Amino acid sequence: MIRLEKRPTPSRFWTWSTPVLAVLLTMIAGGLMFAALGKNPFIAIKTIFYDPILGEFAFYYRGQLLVKAGPLILIAVGLAMGFRAGIWNIGAEGQYIIGAICGAAVGLAFYPAESWIIFPLMIVAGALGGLLWAMIPAILKVRFKTNEILVSLLLVYVAEQLLAAMALGPLRNPEASGFPGSRNLQQYPSAANTEIIPGTGMHWGVAAALIAVVFAYVLLSRHLTGFHIRLAGQSPRAARFGGVNPTALVVFCMGVSGALAGMAGMFEVSGPAGQISIDFNSGYGFTAIIVAFLGRLHPIGILMAGLLMALTYIGGEAAQATMQIPAAAIQAFQGMLLFFLLGLDVLSNYRFRLPREGVA
Amino acid sequence: MTDLLSIQRLTKAYPGVVANDDVSFDIAPGEIHALLGENGAGKSTLVKMIYGLVKPDSGKMELFGKPYAPARPSAARTAGVAMVFQHFSLFEALNVAENVGLGMETPPPMRELAREIREVSHAYGLPLDPRRLVGDLSAGERQRVEIIRCLLQDPKLLIMDEPTSVLTPQEVEILFATLNKLKAEGTSILYISHKLEEIRALCDRATILRRGKVVGACNPRESSAAELAEMMVGEALHTPDRAPGERGEVVLQVAGLTSQHVEAFGTRLQNIGFEVHAGEVLGIGGVAGNGQDELLSALSGETLGPRETVRLRGKPVGNLGPNARRALGMLAAPEERLGHAAAPDMSLTENAVLSGWQREDLTRNGFVLWGKSRGFAETIIQSFDVRTPGPGVAARALSGGNLQKFVIGREILQRPDVLVVNQPTWGVDAAAAAAIRQALLDLAAGGAAVIVISQDLEELMKVADRFAALNAGHLSAPRPTQGLTMEQIGLMLGGAHDMDVAHTDEAHHIKESYEEGRQ
Amino acid sequence: MDLSSINWVLLLASLMVAATPILLAGIGELVVERAGVLNLGVEGMMITGAISGFAIAINTGSVTLGFIAAAAAGALLSLLFGFLTQYLLSNQVATGLALTLFGLGLSSLMGQGYVGIKGLSVPDIHLPILSDIPVLGPILFRHDAMVYVSILIVAGVWAFLKFTRGGLILRAVGESHDAAHALGYKVVRIRLMAIAFGGACAGLGGAYLSLVRVPQWTEGMTAGAGWIALALVVFASWKPWRVLIGAYLFGGLTVLQLNLQAAGMKIPVEYLAMSPYIITILVLVVMSSRGGRAALNAPAELGRSFHASS
Repeated sequence: MIRLEKRPTPSRFWTWSTPVLAVLLTMIAGGLMFAALGKNPFIAIKTIFYDPILGEFAFYYRGQLLVKAGPLILIAVGLAMGFRAGIWNIGAEGQYIIGAICGAAVGLAFYPAESWIIFPLMIVAGALGGLLWAMIPAILKVRFKTNEILVSLLLVYVAEQLLAAMALGPLRNPEASGFPGSRNLQQYPSAANTEIIPGTGMHWGVAAALIAVVFAYVLLSRHLTGFHIRLAGQSPRAARFGGVNPTALVVFCMGVSGALAGMAGMFEVSGPAGQISIDFNSGYGFTAIIVAFLGRLHPIGILMAGLLMALTYIGGEAAQATMQIPAAAIQAFQGMLLFFLLGLDVLSNYRFRLPREGVA
Repeated sequence: MTDLLSIQRLTKAYPGVVANDDVSFDIAPGEIHALLGENGAGKSTLVKMIYGLVKPDSGKMELFGKPYAPARPSAARTAGVAMVFQHFSLFEALNVAENVGLGMETPPPMRELAREIREVSHAYGLPLDPRRLVGDLSAGERQRVEIIRCLLQDPKLLIMDEPTSVLTPQEVEILFATLNKLKAEGTSILYISHKLEEIRALCDRATILRRGKVVGACNPRESSAAELAEMMVGEALHTPDRAPGERGEVVLQVAGLTSQHVEAFGTRLQNIGFEVHAGEVLGIGGVAGNGQDELLSALSGETLGPRETVRLRGKPVGNLGPNARRALGMLAAPEERLGHAAAPDMSLTENAVLSGWQREDLTRNGFVLWGKSRGFAETIIQSFDVRTPGPGVAARALSGGNLQKFVIGREILQRPDVLVVNQPTWGVDAAAAAAIRQALLDLAAGGAAVIVISQDLEELMKVADRFAALNAGHLSAPRPTQGLTMEQIGLMLGGAHDMDVAHTDEAHHIKESYEEGRQ
Repeated sequence: MDLSSINWVLLLASLMVAATPILLAGIGELVVERAGVLNLGVEGMMITGAISGFAIAINTGSVTLGFIAAAAAGALLSLLFGFLTQYLLSNQVATGLALTLFGLGLSSLMGQGYVGIKGLSVPDIHLPILSDIPVLGPILFRHDAMVYVSILIVAGVWAFLKFTRGGLILRAVGESHDAAHALGYKVVRIRLMAIAFGGACAGLGGAYLSLVRVPQWTEGMTAGAGWIALALVVFASWKPWRVLIGAYLFGGLTVLQLNLQAAGMKIPVEYLAMSPYIITILVLVVMSSRGGRAALNAPAELGRSFHASS
C-alpha cells in the first residue's frame, strides 16, 4: 500500500498547481462523459474552453464571460472569507435571491420617477437584504449554537418560495395582465444596471466584484481582521487565545458574504435578468462555492476561478446549441471539477511514499 | 529458562529520524523490566512494534523462543501481550464495560463482562463500576480501566507506558502493589518511564535507551538515581540557578473563581483563591484533568467570569478578554502547543503576531506590519535558541522543544507583569526544559509574578517558591516549597483525603453492588 | 377555507408515505455520523438514487430492481465521497457539498429521457386482519412494502448499535478514532462501510420519491429532502427511534400543508410550501439550544479526518 506522510510545511508548489491539474483531469473525465453521451469529446472540450474566447463567435461570448463571472466572483469572495474562518455559509443562493428582491422592490417603489439616487439606493437595499438573510443563520449560530450549514441551506428553499410569491404577488407587473414577473428594470433607466463600457459585458456588478477582490485581498493579507479570520479557521482554540471574539467573527463573515451575495442578486436582477421572475435564480450561489474552492479561498485565485467557471457556463451553452450537449452535463462537469480539486488537495499537505521492500 | 520476549536488533526509521537503531534486549518471565529513556528516546516506537502497531524495518522478536511478528494489535493480544497506553485508548462517551470489551478479542456478553470486571478489579485492589461512563472518571480510574482490560485477557507480558504520569503518589503505591501481585503470579511487565525513583523502587532490570539506541542495562536497585540519570541523558544536567527572589507586593489576586460553564467531561473550578507576589514563582501541581486547562483559560481571559474574581494590581480584570489582559501586562502560555498556543499551519512570524501584536506594536491602524513582526519572531528565535531555518517556517515543522521555547519566549519577551504557563516542559528534551525553567526564573527575578502549572513535581520543586495543588477543581492553600515532604505533597494532590482508594466509600459501594450481583 | 374537506384518516395514512424518503435517508446518515463522518452529500445521493431507481424500474418493469439499483447508485456515489475523505483526507464539509452539486448535475443528465414518463404503480400491502381495524387499519397497515422496510431498517440499526459488537466498534470509531486505531481497529474500513450504508439508504429514500410518492421523474425533485434528513439526525440526537419520530412529525406537517393548500386556505401557496423548511429550522434551534445533554450525544469525532501517524 502507498502511504501518506504529512509534510512539515504545506507545499506552495502543489497549492497552486493542483487547481490547474484538477482542471486538466476534469477535461479528461468530462471528455469521457461526453463520449459516453455519444458526442465527440475533443470537439466538446474545444467548444467549451476554446471557442468562447478565440473561436469564430468569440466577440459575442467574450462579453458574456464577464456577465457570468461577475456574480460568481462577488459571491465567492464573500463565501471564501467565511470558509477561511470555518464558518460555512452554504445559503448564498438564498441571500442572492433576497438581495435581488429587496433591490428590485426599492427600484420599483420609485417607478416611474427618475433620479440618480435610485440605483445606489437599490445597491444598498440589495446588500442589506442579503445581509439580513445571512444574519438569520449567524444569529442562530451564536445565540443557540445552531448549525449554520443546515439553516443557511434550508433558507434557500424558503427564499425560492418567497421569490415565487413576490413574482406572483406584490412585485408583479401590473401592466402584464396576469403574467408572473415584475416590470423589466432594464427599461427603467434610473434602476437599470447598464454596461459601463458597452459591448464588454462590464456592468456595475462586475466593477463591484473587482473592488471586492481587492478589498478582500488587502483584508486577508494585511489587516488584523483578516489574520484573525485565517487564525480562527486553522485553529479555533489558538484564535480564542489570541483574543479573537468568535461571535463577532461569525457575524462579520456571514454578514459580508450575505451582503455580497445580496448585491450580486441585485446587480443581476437590474441587469442581465432584468426582472424578478419565478425562475430568476440560476444556481450562482452554489456554483460560487466551487469557485471559492477552485480559487483556493484566495481573492486573486477566485478572480481567475470565476472567469474559468464562467467559461464553462458559456461554453456549455455553446455546446448545448451546437452539439446538443444537455445543460445538466455542464453541471455535472462543474461538480467533477470540485471533486478533483478536493481530492488533489492532499498533495499540498501530504506526500505519497512507497514503502521499502519487504515491509507492508 | 528461556526468555519470555527476546528483542533482536530492531530498527525503525522515520523520515529524518531513526527512532530505533539496532535495539536488542530480553525480558525474563515474571520480571518487571524497565525501559528507561527521555522523551524522544524511542521508547514509544519500540513498544508499538512489540504491540503490533508499527512494523520494524529490520530485526526480529521471539516470544517463548518462537518467532513473533504481530501484524496488528489483535495478533499481539492473542499471543499474550497486553498494553496499557499513556494516551488515546479510551472512549469517553462509552461506559467502562464497553471500553473493556473493545480491547478484548472475544469478549463475553456484556452482563457477564460487567461481572468479571467487578470481580477482577476488586481482586487487584482497583475497584471499578462497569456501568459508569469513562468520561466521568478521574485519570487514575481511567488507568484502572485500561489495566483491567489487559488483566481480563490473562496476559503473559503487560506493557505499561508512563503509567504514573497521571497518578498521585498514593495512587502510585496502589499501582505498584498491583504490579507486584501480578509479578508474583508470573506475569512479566515491561515498564516504561523516565522517572528514576519509581524504577528503582519497582523494577528488577532496566534497559536504557538514548536517541534510539540501547546505551546500557543495569539492575536499578543497585544503581543510584544519579547513575541512571547520567546514562539516560548522557551529560550532566544544568540545574537552574536560584537567586533567592525578593518578594515584592501582591501583583495578582484570585478569589472565588468558580467555573460557570463546563464543557462535556471538563472539570469545574471550585472557589479558587490565591495571591502571587512580584518576583515570586507559584507552582500549581496536580494530576492531569483536575482543572489545569480551565484554570489557565480563566487566567488568560479565554473564559470570562465576574470582574472581582481576578485582580491585577488591585484592578478587577475577571471580565476582560485575553487582549485586554495582555494590554495590562497579564500573559499566558497554554499547555497545548499546536492548536492552542500556536497555530500549526501558520508561520512563526504569524504566530508571533498571534499574541504579540498589542504589546509589541505590530499593527498600525489595524494593518499588520509584517516586516516588524518578522523582526519580533527573529528576536524570539535568537534569544531563546529556537532551532529553525527561519521565521517563515510553519509552527508544526518545529520539534516540540523548539516550539515550546518559541511560545514561552514570545510571552517572556513581551515583559509581562504576570505570566501563567501550563506544562512548560511537557515532551521537551532535557536541555530545552532546563533553558525554559531558567528563563522563567529569570523573569521572576526581574520582578514579574510567575505561575507554573505542571504535573511534574520535580520541576515544580526546582522552580517554585510556593506550591499549591489542584484536585477536582479545588486548589489547596499554597505552601512554601522549602521543607515540603513528598508525603505532604501527596496529601495536597489528593485533596487531603485518605487516598487509599481501595478503602474508600466508593470501594465499599462497588463491593456491595458486586455482592448483590452474585446473589 | 373548508377544513371539513380534509379527510383526516387519509391525511394520517399518507403521513407515513410522505415521511419515508427522509426516514430512509436520515437513518442512513445517522449511521454515518455515529461513525464520526459528516456526509453533506445526502441530497446528491438521494436524487441520484431517485433517477437510477426510476430508470431501472421503467426499463425492467420491476420496482424491486429499481430500489436495488437506487441503493447501489447511492452507495457508489457515497464511496466516491468515502475515497476522497478517508483516503485523500479531503475536507468533509466541502466534499459533501461537492457530492450534492455533482449528484444534482448527474441526475438531471441521467434523467434526460425520462422526464414526463409516468411511473409504475406500486401495490399497497394490506396486512391481514390488521388492515381491517377501523381507522387504524388504513392509517397504519395498508401501505407499500417500502414503508415497512424503512421501519425494519430503523429497528435493525437500533439493534445493531445497541446490542452487537459491530455496533459497539462503529460507535467507538465515532467517539475516538485514535483510540480505536490504537486498539487495532481499521478506522478507515469501518467508516467506508458506514458511508456506503448511508449512501444506499439515501438512494432508497430518493427512489421512494420517484417510484412511490410522486411517482415520476422531475429534475431536482428531492427539493431539499436530503438537507431535511440531515437536520433530522440532529433533531434525533443521533438516536435511531427518534429519527422515526422526527420523520413522521415532519411527514405529518408536509401532508397537512398540502391538504391546507388543497382546502383553499387563504394564504398564497408559496407561504405554505415554505413552512416545512421554516419548521425544520425552528426544530433545529430548539434542539441545539438545549445544549449540554444533546451535545453529548454527538459523536466526538464528527467531521474530523483520520490519518494514522504511525
